[in-house]
Amino acid sequence: MRKVVGLIVLLVVIAFLVNGMLLPVIHPFGYPDASDMDDYIIQNAQEETGSNNVVTSVVFDYRLLDTLGEATILFTAVMGVLLLLRTEKRRREGS
Amino acid sequence: MLSKIVRTVTNEFMLFILVFGFYIIAHGHLTPGGGFQGGAVIVSGVVMLLVAFNSQELKKTLRERTLSIMESTGALIFIALAFAGIGTAFCYNFLVGSPIFGRIPPTGPNPGDIWTGGVIPLMNLAVGLKVVAGLSAVVLAMALFSSGEEIEE
Repeated sequence: MRKVVGLIVLLVVIAFLVNGMLLPVIHPFGYPDASDMDDYIIQNAQEETGSNNVVTSVVFDYRLLDTLGEATILFTAVMGVLLLLRTEKRRREGS
Repeated sequence: MLSKIVRTVTNEFMLFILVFGFYIIAHGHLTPGGGFQGGAVIVSGVVMLLVAFNSQELKKTLRERTLSIMESTGALIFIALAFAGIGTAFCYNFLVGSPIFGRIPPTGPNPGDIWTGGVIPLMNLAVGLKVVAGLSAVVLAMALFSSGEEIEE
């Protein structure tokens, strides 16, 4: 049963990949994407966010959700390290 | 614990590292840098303390409970500021134009003003607090683990 499901998923993924390669829906590699967004941010970032540093205005305003994910990654990493090191110590003491 | 020369120089340099890291965090919306980078600068100072003194000495000042409280506070401030603009959209910069960090600089190159950026400086401070506490906890836990001690609750 699981093999059949896995085979179906694999076939669907392969179909998507072949579809993406054959049809020109994906932007060709090496050519820059449309630059409307860049021009908009460069021209309007200072008056919209009030920040002189446009990179920071992208990271902390336009794409703040992405930064929230970064902070969550850091939080998870710290939690994992502290948990792991403490458990190792306890296990050694218990045995 | 290293020699007295190293310890004295570390003590003197720690102040400058703290000031420089706080400068990078607080000026994140004007100059290159921000919460993550400035936090990493301050944590490099903590690593220097860890090298000069040993981890048992540092454990007495940097307690793990304080560090976790600091990190959670930073994360909560971040999420609270992101939710505070939910009247327009999640993560909306609602402080631009308000009395708090609300001045709007002229478009184009200009020397900059610290009282601009809306919610961005506050976010930088929150992220800086979070990075300082989190990375210090990681470094301290690793040092204590490799020396066979357990981190202080």
